[in-house]
Amino acid sequence: MSDFSPLMSPVVLIDLALLTMLILVAVSMLKSRHLFAVVMLSGIYSLLSAAFFVSLDAVDVAFTEAAVGAGISTVLMLAGMLLTVRREKPKTPGRAPVALAVVLAMGAALFYATIDMPAFGDAQAPANSYVGQEYVERTASEIPMPNIVTAVLASYRGFDTMGETMVIFTAGVAVMLLLGLGSVRGGREVSDAKTKKRDD
Amino acid sequence: MDHLILKVTSKLLFAPIILYALYVQFHGDYGPGGGFQAGVIFAVAFILHAFCFGLDETKKALPQKALTVAMVIGFLLYSGTGLVTMLLGANLLSYDALVPNSTHHAGQHYGILVVELGVGVAVASTMLTIFYHFTGREPDIDQEDW
Repeated sequence: MSDFSPLMSPVVLIDLALLTMLILVAVSMLKSRHLFAVVMLSGIYSLLSAAFFVSLDAVDVAFTEAAVGAGISTVLMLAGMLLTVRREKPKTPGRAPVALAVVLAMGAALFYATIDMPAFGDAQAPANSYVGQEYVERTASEIPMPNIVTAVLASYRGFDTMGETMVIFTAGVAVMLLLGLGSVRGGREVSDAKTKKRDD
Repeated sequence: MDHLILKVTSKLLFAPIILYALYVQFHGDYGPGGGFQAGVIFAVAFILHAFCFGLDETKKALPQKALTVAMVIGFLLYSGTGLVTMLLGANLLSYDALVPNSTHHAGQHYGILVVELGVGVAVASTMLTIFYHFTGREPDIDQEDW
Protein backbone atom coordinates (compact mmCIF):
# COMPACT_ATOMS: atom_id res chain seq x y z
CA MET A 1 0.00 0.00 0.00
CA SER A 2 2.35 2.68 -1.21
CA ASP A 3 -0.14 4.72 -3.22
CA PHE A 4 -1.57 7.17 -0.72
CA SER A 5 -4.73 8.93 -1.83
CA PRO A 6 -4.58 12.58 -2.86
CA LEU A 7 -5.18 15.22 -0.22
CA MET A 8 -8.91 15.86 -0.71
CA SER A 9 -10.27 12.37 -1.35
CA PRO A 10 -13.80 11.58 -0.08
CA VAL A 11 -12.37 9.59 2.83
CA VAL A 12 -10.31 12.55 3.99
CA LEU A 13 -13.36 14.81 3.72
CA ILE A 14 -15.44 12.37 5.80
CA ASP A 15 -12.68 12.19 8.40
CA LEU A 16 -12.42 15.96 8.55
CA ALA A 17 -16.20 16.33 8.89
CA LEU A 18 -16.34 13.74 11.70
CA LEU A 19 -13.42 15.29 13.58
CA THR A 20 -14.94 18.78 13.23
CA MET A 21 -18.23 17.52 14.62
CA LEU A 22 -16.37 15.82 17.49
CA ILE A 23 -14.75 19.13 18.42
CA LEU A 24 -18.09 20.99 18.16
CA VAL A 25 -19.82 18.42 20.39
CA ALA A 26 -16.97 18.59 22.92
CA VAL A 27 -17.14 22.40 23.07
CA SER A 28 -20.92 22.41 23.47
CA MET A 29 -20.58 19.83 26.27
CA LEU A 30 -18.23 22.22 28.06
CA LYS A 31 -20.59 25.16 27.53
CA SER A 32 -23.83 23.47 28.60
CA ARG A 33 -25.00 23.63 32.21
CA HIS A 34 -27.95 21.30 31.67
CA LEU A 35 -26.77 17.85 32.73
CA PHE A 36 -29.35 15.99 30.62
CA ALA A 37 -28.04 17.77 27.52
CA VAL A 38 -24.45 16.96 28.51
CA VAL A 39 -25.25 13.25 28.88
CA MET A 40 -26.99 13.20 25.49
CA LEU A 41 -24.08 15.04 23.88
CA SER A 42 -21.64 12.51 25.32
CA GLY A 43 -23.69 9.79 23.65
CA ILE A 44 -23.48 11.68 20.35
CA TYR A 45 -19.74 12.08 20.91
CA SER A 46 -19.34 8.30 21.27
CA LEU A 47 -21.45 7.65 18.18
CA LEU A 48 -19.31 10.08 16.16
CA SER A 49 -16.14 8.37 17.44
CA ALA A 50 -17.62 5.03 16.40
CA ALA A 51 -18.22 6.40 12.90
CA PHE A 52 -14.64 7.67 12.87
CA PHE A 53 -13.34 4.21 13.87
CA VAL A 54 -15.32 2.66 11.01
CA SER A 55 -13.65 5.13 8.69
CA LEU A 56 -10.29 3.93 10.07
CA ASP A 57 -11.31 0.30 9.33
CA ALA A 58 -11.38 -0.61 13.03
CA VAL A 59 -14.86 -2.15 13.01
CA ASP A 60 -14.42 -4.11 16.25
CA VAL A 61 -13.45 -0.99 18.17
CA ALA A 62 -16.27 0.93 16.49
CA PHE A 63 -18.73 -1.76 17.53
CA THR A 64 -17.55 -1.60 21.13
CA GLU A 65 -17.64 2.19 21.16
CA ALA A 66 -21.18 2.26 19.76
CA ALA A 67 -22.47 -0.39 22.17
CA VAL A 68 -20.62 0.64 25.31
CA GLY A 69 -19.98 4.37 24.80
CA ALA A 70 -23.13 5.48 23.03
CA GLY A 71 -25.43 2.84 24.44
CA ILE A 72 -24.87 1.67 27.96
CA SER A 73 -22.80 4.50 29.44
CA THR A 74 -25.41 7.05 28.37
CA VAL A 75 -28.05 4.98 30.13
CA LEU A 76 -25.89 4.55 33.24
CA MET A 77 -25.09 8.27 33.34
CA LEU A 78 -28.80 9.08 33.07
CA ALA A 79 -29.46 6.66 35.92
CA GLY A 80 -26.70 8.30 37.94
CA MET A 81 -28.11 11.74 37.09
CA LEU A 82 -31.41 10.76 38.69
CA LEU A 83 -29.61 10.67 42.03
CA THR A 84 -28.36 14.23 41.79
CA VAL A 85 -29.49 17.64 40.55
CA ARG A 86 -30.35 18.26 36.91
CA ARG A 87 -28.39 21.45 36.43
CA GLU A 88 -24.78 22.26 37.08
CA LYS A 89 -24.26 25.15 39.51
CA PRO A 90 -23.17 28.33 37.70
CA LYS A 91 -19.58 29.09 38.46
CA THR A 92 -17.64 32.22 37.54
CA PRO A 93 -14.46 31.14 35.79
CA GLY A 94 -11.36 32.55 37.44
CA ARG A 95 -8.27 33.72 35.62
CA ALA A 96 -5.27 31.39 35.95
CA PRO A 97 -2.45 32.68 33.72
CA VAL A 98 0.06 30.06 34.85
CA ALA A 99 -2.29 27.19 34.11
CA LEU A 100 -3.14 28.70 30.71
CA ALA A 101 0.54 29.04 29.86
CA VAL A 102 1.25 25.44 30.87
CA VAL A 103 -1.70 24.14 28.83
CA LEU A 104 -0.70 26.17 25.78
CA ALA A 105 2.93 25.01 26.01
CA MET A 106 1.80 21.40 26.40
CA GLY A 107 -0.57 21.70 23.43
CA ALA A 108 2.16 23.24 21.28
CA ALA A 109 4.54 20.42 22.25
CA LEU A 110 1.96 17.82 21.30
CA PHE A 111 1.35 19.48 17.95
CA TYR A 112 5.11 19.55 17.41
CA ALA A 113 5.32 15.85 18.27
CA THR A 114 2.76 14.91 15.61
CA ILE A 115 5.32 15.87 12.94
CA ASP A 116 7.40 12.86 14.00
CA MET A 117 4.49 10.44 13.89
CA PRO A 118 4.41 7.89 11.05
CA ALA A 119 1.85 8.41 8.29
CA PHE A 120 -1.51 6.69 8.70
CA GLY A 121 -1.35 3.15 7.32
CA ASP A 122 2.44 3.16 7.11
CA ALA A 123 3.57 -0.48 7.04
CA GLN A 124 6.88 0.46 8.66
CA ALA A 125 5.26 2.19 11.64
CA PRO A 126 6.07 0.61 15.02
CA ALA A 127 2.39 -0.17 15.58
CA ASN A 128 2.26 -2.25 12.39
CA SER A 129 5.58 -4.06 12.66
CA TYR A 130 7.04 -6.30 15.40
CA VAL A 131 4.35 -8.11 17.39
CA GLY A 132 1.42 -6.78 15.35
CA GLN A 133 2.94 -8.16 12.18
CA GLU A 134 3.58 -11.49 13.94
CA TYR A 135 -0.08 -11.79 14.90
CA VAL A 136 -1.25 -11.06 11.35
CA GLU A 137 1.18 -13.56 9.86
CA ARG A 138 0.68 -16.37 12.36
CA THR A 139 -3.07 -16.26 13.03
CA ALA A 140 -3.97 -18.06 9.81
CA SER A 141 -1.83 -21.08 10.67
CA GLU A 142 -2.06 -21.13 14.47
CA ILE A 143 -5.67 -20.08 15.08
CA PRO A 144 -7.93 -20.88 12.14
CA MET A 145 -10.21 -17.94 12.66
CA PRO A 146 -11.12 -15.28 10.09
CA ASN A 147 -11.33 -12.44 12.63
CA ILE A 148 -7.77 -11.71 13.76
CA VAL A 149 -9.06 -9.28 16.39
CA THR A 150 -10.86 -12.12 18.20
CA ALA A 151 -7.81 -14.36 17.90
CA VAL A 152 -5.58 -11.70 19.47
CA LEU A 153 -8.12 -10.74 22.11
CA ALA A 154 -9.09 -14.21 23.29
CA SER A 155 -6.05 -16.33 22.55
CA TYR A 156 -2.77 -14.43 22.11
CA ARG A 157 -3.80 -11.85 24.70
CA GLY A 158 -6.14 -14.15 26.61
CA PHE A 159 -4.58 -13.31 29.94
CA ASP A 160 -5.19 -9.58 29.39
CA THR A 161 -8.82 -10.21 28.56
CA MET A 162 -9.17 -12.31 31.69
CA GLY A 163 -7.96 -9.27 33.63
CA GLU A 164 -10.50 -7.08 31.84
CA THR A 165 -13.31 -9.48 32.74
CA MET A 166 -12.05 -9.39 36.32
CA VAL A 167 -12.16 -5.56 36.25
CA ILE A 168 -15.79 -5.58 35.08
CA PHE A 169 -16.68 -8.17 37.71
CA THR A 170 -14.99 -6.04 40.38
CA ALA A 171 -16.90 -2.95 39.21
CA GLY A 172 -20.18 -4.82 39.60
CA VAL A 173 -19.24 -6.03 43.08
CA ALA A 174 -18.16 -2.51 44.09
CA VAL A 175 -21.47 -1.00 42.94
CA MET A 176 -23.36 -3.70 44.83
CA LEU A 177 -21.41 -2.97 48.00
CA LEU A 178 -21.65 0.84 47.72
CA LEU A 179 -25.27 1.20 46.63
CA GLY A 180 -26.41 -1.41 49.07
CA LEU A 181 -27.91 -4.67 47.95
CA GLY A 182 -29.34 -6.25 51.06
CA SER A 183 -28.44 -3.30 53.24
CA VAL A 184 -30.60 -2.27 56.19
CA ARG A 185 -32.47 0.16 53.97
CA GLY A 186 -32.82 -2.38 51.20
CA GLY A 187 -31.28 -0.18 48.53
CA ARG A 188 -34.62 1.45 47.72
CA GLU A 189 -36.32 4.73 48.57
CA VAL A 190 -33.35 6.04 50.51
CA SER A 191 -34.45 8.87 52.75
CA ASP A 192 -31.65 11.31 51.87
CA ALA A 193 -32.57 11.12 48.19
CA LYS A 194 -36.18 12.07 48.90
CA THR A 195 -35.60 15.00 51.22
CA LYS A 196 -32.85 16.54 49.10
CA LYS A 197 -33.69 20.02 47.90
CA ARG A 198 -33.65 20.43 44.14
CA ASP A 199 -32.69 23.69 42.51
CA ASP A 200 -35.08 23.41 39.59
CA MET B 1 -46.65 5.95 33.57
CA ASP B 2 -48.61 3.93 31.08
CA HIS B 3 -47.48 4.29 27.48
CA LEU B 4 -49.19 1.70 25.30
CA ILE B 5 -47.17 2.46 22.15
CA LEU B 6 -43.85 2.22 24.00
CA LYS B 7 -44.86 -1.07 25.59
CA VAL B 8 -45.95 -2.65 22.31
CA THR B 9 -42.85 -1.41 20.49
CA SER B 10 -40.50 -2.67 23.19
CA LYS B 11 -42.23 -6.05 23.15
CA LEU B 12 -41.65 -6.20 19.40
CA LEU B 13 -38.00 -5.20 19.77
CA PHE B 14 -37.08 -7.37 22.75
CA ALA B 15 -36.64 -10.72 20.98
CA PRO B 16 -34.71 -9.35 17.97
CA ILE B 17 -32.29 -7.54 20.31
CA ILE B 18 -31.63 -10.77 22.25
CA LEU B 19 -31.22 -12.65 18.96
CA TYR B 20 -28.77 -10.01 17.72
CA ALA B 21 -26.81 -10.29 20.97
CA LEU B 22 -26.51 -14.04 20.49
CA TYR B 23 -25.44 -13.52 16.87
CA VAL B 24 -22.74 -11.05 17.92
CA GLN B 25 -21.67 -13.43 20.69
CA PHE B 26 -21.24 -16.57 18.61
CA HIS B 27 -20.29 -14.95 15.32
CA GLY B 28 -17.42 -12.99 16.88
CA ASP B 29 -14.89 -15.49 15.49
CA TYR B 30 -15.94 -14.70 11.94
CA GLY B 31 -16.90 -11.04 11.97
CA PRO B 32 -16.80 -8.01 14.20
CA GLY B 33 -18.13 -8.63 17.66
CA GLY B 34 -17.46 -10.78 20.67
CA GLY B 35 -18.30 -11.17 24.31
CA PHE B 36 -18.05 -7.55 25.38
CA GLN B 37 -20.35 -6.18 22.68
CA ALA B 38 -22.79 -9.08 22.95
CA GLY B 39 -23.03 -8.72 26.72
CA VAL B 40 -23.83 -5.03 26.42
CA ILE B 41 -26.47 -5.62 23.72
CA PHE B 42 -28.05 -8.34 25.87
CA ALA B 43 -28.19 -5.95 28.83
CA VAL B 44 -29.67 -3.20 26.65
CA ALA B 45 -32.69 -5.39 25.85
CA PHE B 46 -33.53 -5.61 29.55
CA ILE B 47 -32.83 -1.91 30.10
CA LEU B 48 -35.33 -1.11 27.33
CA HIS B 49 -37.79 -3.38 29.13
CA ALA B 50 -37.17 -1.50 32.37
CA PHE B 51 -37.73 1.86 30.66
CA CYS B 52 -41.08 0.83 29.19
CA PHE B 53 -42.52 -1.42 31.91
CA GLY B 54 -40.83 -0.10 35.04
CA LEU B 55 -37.90 -1.53 36.95
CA ASP B 56 -40.04 -3.71 39.21
CA GLU B 57 -41.39 -5.70 36.27
CA THR B 58 -37.86 -6.24 34.92
CA LYS B 59 -36.67 -7.36 38.35
CA LYS B 60 -39.47 -9.93 38.37
CA ALA B 61 -38.35 -11.23 34.97
CA LEU B 62 -34.64 -11.22 35.80
CA PRO B 63 -34.01 -10.95 39.55
CA GLN B 64 -30.82 -9.52 40.97
CA LYS B 65 -29.97 -12.86 42.61
CA ALA B 66 -29.72 -14.51 39.18
CA LEU B 67 -27.48 -11.68 37.97
CA THR B 68 -25.16 -12.04 40.95
CA VAL B 69 -24.78 -15.74 40.22
CA ALA B 70 -24.30 -15.04 36.49
CA MET B 71 -21.50 -12.55 37.23
CA VAL B 72 -19.58 -15.25 39.08
CA ILE B 73 -20.36 -17.92 36.48
CA GLY B 74 -19.12 -15.66 33.68
CA PHE B 75 -15.77 -15.07 35.29
CA LEU B 76 -15.46 -18.70 36.35
CA LEU B 77 -16.09 -19.84 32.76
CA TYR B 78 -13.11 -17.76 31.69
CA SER B 79 -10.70 -18.60 34.49
CA GLY B 80 -11.99 -22.18 34.56
CA THR B 81 -10.92 -22.63 30.93
CA GLY B 82 -7.47 -21.45 31.94
CA LEU B 83 -7.47 -23.88 34.85
CA VAL B 84 -8.54 -26.79 32.62
CA THR B 85 -5.71 -26.12 30.17
CA MET B 86 -3.30 -26.04 33.11
CA LEU B 87 -4.68 -29.36 34.42
CA LEU B 88 -4.19 -30.82 30.94
CA GLY B 89 -0.51 -29.99 31.25
CA ALA B 90 -0.27 -26.84 29.14
CA ASN B 91 0.16 -23.18 30.04
CA LEU B 92 -2.70 -21.03 31.29
CA LEU B 93 -5.22 -20.45 28.46
CA SER B 94 -3.25 -22.51 25.91
CA TYR B 95 -6.39 -23.80 24.23
CA ASP B 96 -4.55 -26.23 21.98
CA ALA B 97 -4.38 -28.60 24.96
CA LEU B 98 -8.18 -29.01 24.87
CA VAL B 99 -8.00 -31.06 21.64
CA PRO B 100 -4.37 -32.19 21.59
CA ASN B 101 -4.38 -34.31 18.43
CA SER B 102 -6.28 -31.89 16.22
CA THR B 103 -4.69 -31.06 12.90
CA HIS B 104 -6.51 -27.76 12.51
CA HIS B 105 -6.27 -26.32 16.04
CA ALA B 106 -9.84 -27.21 17.03
CA GLY B 107 -8.91 -26.56 20.65
CA GLN B 108 -8.41 -22.87 19.86
CA HIS B 109 -11.96 -22.72 18.49
CA TYR B 110 -13.52 -24.35 21.55
CA GLY B 111 -11.41 -22.36 23.98
CA ILE B 112 -12.20 -19.00 22.39
CA LEU B 113 -15.90 -19.86 22.19
CA VAL B 114 -16.10 -20.73 25.90
CA VAL B 115 -13.97 -17.78 26.96
CA GLU B 116 -16.03 -15.31 24.93
CA LEU B 117 -19.20 -16.80 26.40
CA GLY B 118 -17.77 -16.18 29.86
CA VAL B 119 -17.00 -12.57 28.94
CA GLY B 120 -20.50 -12.10 27.53
CA VAL B 121 -22.25 -13.51 30.61
CA ALA B 122 -20.08 -11.50 32.98
CA VAL B 123 -20.50 -8.23 31.06
CA ALA B 124 -24.27 -8.58 30.61
CA SER B 125 -24.94 -9.40 34.25
CA THR B 126 -22.56 -6.73 35.56
CA MET B 127 -24.07 -4.00 33.37
CA LEU B 128 -27.57 -4.94 34.50
CA THR B 129 -26.43 -5.07 38.13
CA ILE B 130 -25.03 -1.55 37.89
CA PHE B 131 -28.20 -0.37 36.13
CA TYR B 132 -30.48 -1.96 38.74
CA HIS B 133 -28.56 -0.40 41.60
CA PHE B 134 -28.41 3.11 40.17
CA THR B 135 -32.01 3.19 38.99
CA GLY B 136 -33.47 1.37 41.96
CA ARG B 137 -32.35 3.95 44.50
CA GLU B 138 -35.06 6.50 43.83
CA PRO B 139 -38.75 6.18 42.94
CA ASP B 140 -39.80 7.09 39.40
CA ILE B 141 -39.47 10.77 38.65
CA ASP B 142 -41.97 12.98 36.90
CA GLN B 143 -41.73 13.45 33.17
CA GLU B 144 -41.39 17.22 33.59
CA ASP B 145 -38.62 16.83 36.17
CA TRP B 146 -35.88 16.33 33.59
